[in-house]
Amino acid sequence: MNHWIIAPVVLPAFLAPLIVLWMRYDLRTQRIFSVAGMVALLAVTIKLMVDASSGAPEVYRLGNWEAPFGIVLVLDRLSALMLVLNAALGLAVVLYALGSGWDRRGWHFHSLMQFQMMGINGAFLTGDAFNLFVFFEVLLIASYGLMIHSGGEARLKAGVQYVVYNLAGSTLFLFALGTIYSVTGSLSMADLAQKVAVMPAAETGLIRVGAILLMLVFAVKAALVPLQFWLPATYVNAPGPVAALFAIMTKVGVYAIVRVYTLVFPEGGTIGGLASEVLMPAALLSLVIGMVGVLGARDLGRLVAYSVIGSVGTMMLAFAQFDQAATGAGLYYMVHSTFAAAALFLVADLAKERRGAPGLALIPAPPIAANGLIASMFFAGAIAMAGVPPLAGFLGKLMILDGTRGQWLIWVTILVTSLIAIVGFSRAGSIVFWKAYATGGDRAPVPEAPSQGLAFTAAGGLLAVLAALTVFAGPASHWLQGTAAQIHHPQAYIDAVMEGAAERAANATSGHDDHDADEAAHEGGDAPPAAQSETGH
Amino acid sequence: MSPALIAALPFLGSLLPALLIRTGRSHAAISAGVISGLALLGLLLNAPAILRGEVITARFDWLPWLGLNANFMIDGLGLLFASLILGIGLLIILYARFYLSKDDPVGQFYTYLLLFQGAMVGIVLSDNILLLLIFWELTSLSSFLLIGYWKHLPEGRQGARMALTVTGLGGLSMIAGMLILGNIAGSYDISAILQSKEAIQASPYYLPALILILGGAFTKSAQFPFHFWLPHAMAAPTPVSAYLHSATMVKAGLFLMARLWPVLSGTPEWFYIVATTGLVTMLVGAKIAIFKDDLKALLAFSTVSHLGLITFLLGLGTEAGAVAAVFHIINHATFKAALFMSAGIVDHETHTRDIKRLGGLRHLMPVTFTIATVAALSMAGIPLLNGFLSKEMMLEEASHTLWAGNGWIVPALAAIAALFSATYSFRYIAHAFLGPVRDDYPHKPHDPGFGMWAAPAFLVVLVVAIGIMPMTFAGPILEAAANAVVGGGLHMHPVKLWHGFTPALWMSVFAVVGGLVVLGQHRRLEALWLATPRPEAKAVFDALVGACVRGATRFTSALHNGSMARYLLIFVLAALAAGIWAWTTGEQGPPTRAMLPITPVAAAAWVTLLVATGCVVAYHRNRLLALVLISIVGLIVSLSFVYLSAPDLALTQISVEVVTAVLMLLALNFLPKITQPETRLIKRRFDALVAVAGGLGTGLLIYALMVRDFAFPTMSEYHLANSYKLGGGTNVVNVILVDFRGYDTFGEVIVLGIAALVIFALTEALLTGASSRKLIAWRPDVARAGDKHPLMLLVATRVMMPIALMMAVFIFLRGHNLPGGGFIAGLVAAIALVMQYMASGFAWTQARQKVYYHVLIALGVLAAGITGIGALFNGLPFLTSDFGYFRIPPFEKFELATAMGFDLGVFLGVVGSVMLALGGLSRLARRAAVGDEGFHVVAEKPEAREMAGHVPREVGLAGAMLRRQRKDGSEEGI
Repeated sequence: MNHWIIAPVVLPAFLAPLIVLWMRYDLRTQRIFSVAGMVALLAVTIKLMVDASSGAPEVYRLGNWEAPFGIVLVLDRLSALMLVLNAALGLAVVLYALGSGWDRRGWHFHSLMQFQMMGINGAFLTGDAFNLFVFFEVLLIASYGLMIHSGGEARLKAGVQYVVYNLAGSTLFLFALGTIYSVTGSLSMADLAQKVAVMPAAETGLIRVGAILLMLVFAVKAALVPLQFWLPATYVNAPGPVAALFAIMTKVGVYAIVRVYTLVFPEGGTIGGLASEVLMPAALLSLVIGMVGVLGARDLGRLVAYSVIGSVGTMMLAFAQFDQAATGAGLYYMVHSTFAAAALFLVADLAKERRGAPGLALIPAPPIAANGLIASMFFAGAIAMAGVPPLAGFLGKLMILDGTRGQWLIWVTILVTSLIAIVGFSRAGSIVFWKAYATGGDRAPVPEAPSQGLAFTAAGGLLAVLAALTVFAGPASHWLQGTAAQIHHPQAYIDAVMEGAAERAANATSGHDDHDADEAAHEGGDAPPAAQSETGH
Repeated sequence: MSPALIAALPFLGSLLPALLIRTGRSHAAISAGVISGLALLGLLLNAPAILRGEVITARFDWLPWLGLNANFMIDGLGLLFASLILGIGLLIILYARFYLSKDDPVGQFYTYLLLFQGAMVGIVLSDNILLLLIFWELTSLSSFLLIGYWKHLPEGRQGARMALTVTGLGGLSMIAGMLILGNIAGSYDISAILQSKEAIQASPYYLPALILILGGAFTKSAQFPFHFWLPHAMAAPTPVSAYLHSATMVKAGLFLMARLWPVLSGTPEWFYIVATTGLVTMLVGAKIAIFKDDLKALLAFSTVSHLGLITFLLGLGTEAGAVAAVFHIINHATFKAALFMSAGIVDHETHTRDIKRLGGLRHLMPVTFTIATVAALSMAGIPLLNGFLSKEMMLEEASHTLWAGNGWIVPALAAIAALFSATYSFRYIAHAFLGPVRDDYPHKPHDPGFGMWAAPAFLVVLVVAIGIMPMTFAGPILEAAANAVVGGGLHMHPVKLWHGFTPALWMSVFAVVGGLVVLGQHRRLEALWLATPRPEAKAVFDALVGACVRGATRFTSALHNGSMARYLLIFVLAALAAGIWAWTTGEQGPPTRAMLPITPVAAAAWVTLLVATGCVVAYHRNRLLALVLISIVGLIVSLSFVYLSAPDLALTQISVEVVTAVLMLLALNFLPKITQPETRLIKRRFDALVAVAGGLGTGLLIYALMVRDFAFPTMSEYHLANSYKLGGGTNVVNVILVDFRGYDTFGEVIVLGIAALVIFALTEALLTGASSRKLIAWRPDVARAGDKHPLMLLVATRVMMPIALMMAVFIFLRGHNLPGGGFIAGLVAAIALVMQYMASGFAWTQARQKVYYHVLIALGVLAAGITGIGALFNGLPFLTSDFGYFRIPPFEKFELATAMGFDLGVFLGVVGSVMLALGGLSRLARRAAVGDEGFHVVAEKPEAREMAGHVPREVGLAGAMLRRQRKDGSEEGI
């Protein structure tokens, strides 16, 4: 068994309490360990990615219990990809936070960051539906803490909305899990996949309800219309680096949709076309509402937040095809849009910190320090996010268009919303970064700002990743197509978890029978006390 | 040089000027010039081979499975365009060095220019239409930067955005078109597409593809009705205009039409769309140009007109038309670049471009006058200049073109357009340079230095040279390019000055003479022009975009109006609708389980639950009462767990209820006790309806689940059977919690811990700034009890404390086999401590608290984690437990399980979390009390230490207060 699989969860789970325990009064130590932890996490996840690339999904049986009786982690290409994405983003965010000094504006930033990493990694790795719920809670509560980091009235207010809305989602998650468990008696995803597949056609009503409720839960996380309402205010009011980290949070929802509706409830199986029938309109609406929001936003941060909704819509259009090529395209776009959104949030924060009173409102303010550099970074980020050549956003969009060939509605929507996004981004950028020079004479003096090399490096690093993703689009998308192939052939996943599991579980029981007999004899024939039973339902 | 390198050079070198500008403007310019020059040299080294008919290619796989590859080729057409782009680019670099002032960010300028140049070269050297698309959009983006270069000018910013929007629109349409085209042809490589004319023209998707691709070409090349962006793009510095409008940006659309000419042209659709658009654009552009007073606007509209001319020629679909088009591309590039530069010189020297304020410059600026005159006469189509030759060829083609069977309409319109063209060309000369010298120029003009007029002068020399000896100076490249346009096998008639008295010659004569006549009537015509209403494209565009933005803003803010109630309403409705839809579209058999009999106990509990819930709804505005009522609901839930034989769950539930109720009571202390209604009655009724529907839906779902058996054997059967054998405990619930699904518990303990940390951070945030002042000013809004800490309660809690803690230990230890365990034990211990707070006050308790709760949480998580990690050293997975039986005399034999270590972690985590949360609330209470009663507060030891060396900005205030308190040394409690 590959023990590295548990590392992405255990590493931050140890680091976070250690930071609380030993380093809570020394920010510098916190920073060192936090960065070191992120680097280690990135290294581990890359190793796992290499492992996952070479073959079948790997299973890690927690507590040495077989599925479905215990919880298993499953490392396949998809989960490895998400882990690397998360670790890379986490590293950039931590570097930015300490470069910009955000981490000193409140308590426990670094430990919460580590817990956040742990929660997200756990969600990507788990092969158990209830455990997914647990990690959704971990990442929700940690993200709430990060979101309200350093306080302030607007932030706290938005934080309440964020946490309440997502707790409503968690409640629905429990409804969904309860439904699914009551029908199938299982929570392990691979086991569920087997059981759902053999459900009689006349008994699909309840499992369909469970499936759709689960879809809504993931849609809340992914911010798909009409469950996107929590996103704009949250992202705008969150500290810049946290907003950047949240770029991966929507992808948790996307990941869960891709995972569950190819593995447990595959398209055309027991639940029929349920998933695509819901996802398609939701994705189209998200794309439209997101990009219209980009055009209509009164604030640069809000604009970026809406572009996140739009980008989720775009990738869901691909995933909703439930087709290998389209999924590959969607994955590529997802990787790109995660980094693009994060980079834009960091750049927006750089501008916000320097603009002072007007914040990111789309009104002219005097030119800021490093206006040119920040403006060019925004330009690059906007190009990526709007899906304009030459960056990966365009390639991703092209792949999605290619994968949805013949579906004119999708083509028209994608292309028209791209134009809306171009207009929105150019308008906002021109107001914030250019119109500045029209305020108070031709060339207003540029106010000095503290040099924040690390913050710029972090934001620039994300843009560099985008550039690399563009240049190496060939190998990257090839790998992702392989991932899509694995996703659409879930039998390997199921086999990895379930093959021989029942036999091994039975063997373990019989192996212990002797031990029990000895025990019983030793105790003078006392039978073990009757096991207490948890009452069904 | 490899075509890929030629295209890449400008990109690679684009940062050089931006860096070198720190060492001087000339260095930036020279570096840009060297880059362009190198690329041009590399290109020209390939020229001999290409002129021999070879095609130079370079191929790199990029995204092979998508068909997007970095394939480059240079054929005649590519050679022509690339030389124009790089050659004129070099001249522009030279010109700009002298044109731009010291205050302009020159480094940025050259960087943008090189980016743009690279993108243009990329377009013309691409052998893959998807690659071409990328370069295509890059020209839009880099021209956006160039047009908006003078950021402080609104015209620059607006012109840039307009250009980006219009060409972006076209680019997107082209994406669709190219994808369709590639699908039909089965390849995105241009060389492959050019081979599949029959397949493409026979495809039902030919027309959509054609229209979409032309959408890109027409917007880029400013064809009517997309022509309006081009004149506004001249807000850019003149070197940019000269570049964009002569050799590059606007020629990209023409290039594309020429590139795909072999496969797209020759159909009636092509003819009617392309030729007609070209003709109309030629006419409209020329007419508007006559009446423009801004020199650059005049030239911009003349560009529109000439682009129309070339489009028209390409649209004819004939070989001769293609040759003429290519020839005019060359000629237009030379004279138009020269004209723009001359306009720039005039602007630079006189500080105005308004033709009405100019005149008489002939005497003051003889060199500029000469250059401008030659170039303008070429544009007018005067013999011995290159413009004449290609215009003559156009008129010749037009003279025998039928349009819907009509033989005179095309020649007539072409002749009129030529006449207009002559008019504005003459006007440019006459009104700016001829006439008497004035004494009211904004700035006294004189000819600029050599550096500034060298570039246009060179171009004018070309104009004359090609005009006199076309075949010598332009023949080979013209033939090679035209041959590439028509797809090979071209038989080109040599371009000659004299063809005899052809209809075209008469049309030319008509145009020139008519042009002079019309110019003579300019004043009268202008009055007429000004009197006729005409749509102002910019106003329309701005209004349109403005309306879209306003609409988008209104829609977006109306949708996301920040109302939590609305968001949750939509959430519930979505869940309901989805659930109902999923249920009704599926099938479900009849119930498989019989109803259990309703016992009186169950019925009583049920009624209580209903009444309590109803009361919560009725009295929810009274928050304290609501809290009490909710506690009743919680109690009934706990009891029903007992009733259903789940003592563990009941214990957990009841202790959680107690802890939450206490914490909420503490929080409620600071909140309004009454909720004010915020919505109208009708809205509340609707909300009530939705709430009831949501509740009913949930209830029905649960009912449907409970009357049915599992479809398969459940995993809990295994748990029941093996909890003792394999987990070493007879309490299945506990074994599930710490062993079978210990990983879940691990996560949940962390959730608790994080929650406590967040509460701590949150209270820290509340203890600073505005909220702190609010807290200090806070007065209790209900009467206080006379005795804050009643003696009986004090005594009772003190007595109970050790008992309760002992109880907790007991519950903890027996957990594995009997109801109990770390979670419940933790809660019980926490309750014992909470009681002390309630009875004795926060300060009293805190002063006696030696353990820092952060530590407990951290230790809890670590203990659970370390227990889990332990298994790794045995080669077993994380969280694998082991157990064994031990006997230490005089005790009975007992069992030890590693799971107990894990459970200890749970215990610590729970205690720490509850207490840290409590501590947070008590800090708020004490802060409020500071203002209230003027008491000093004991500084909690750990918090008194600020983060060493790094006092957080916002934490700083709290730290400062704490430091002050420590200095006071006051130890008094509340």
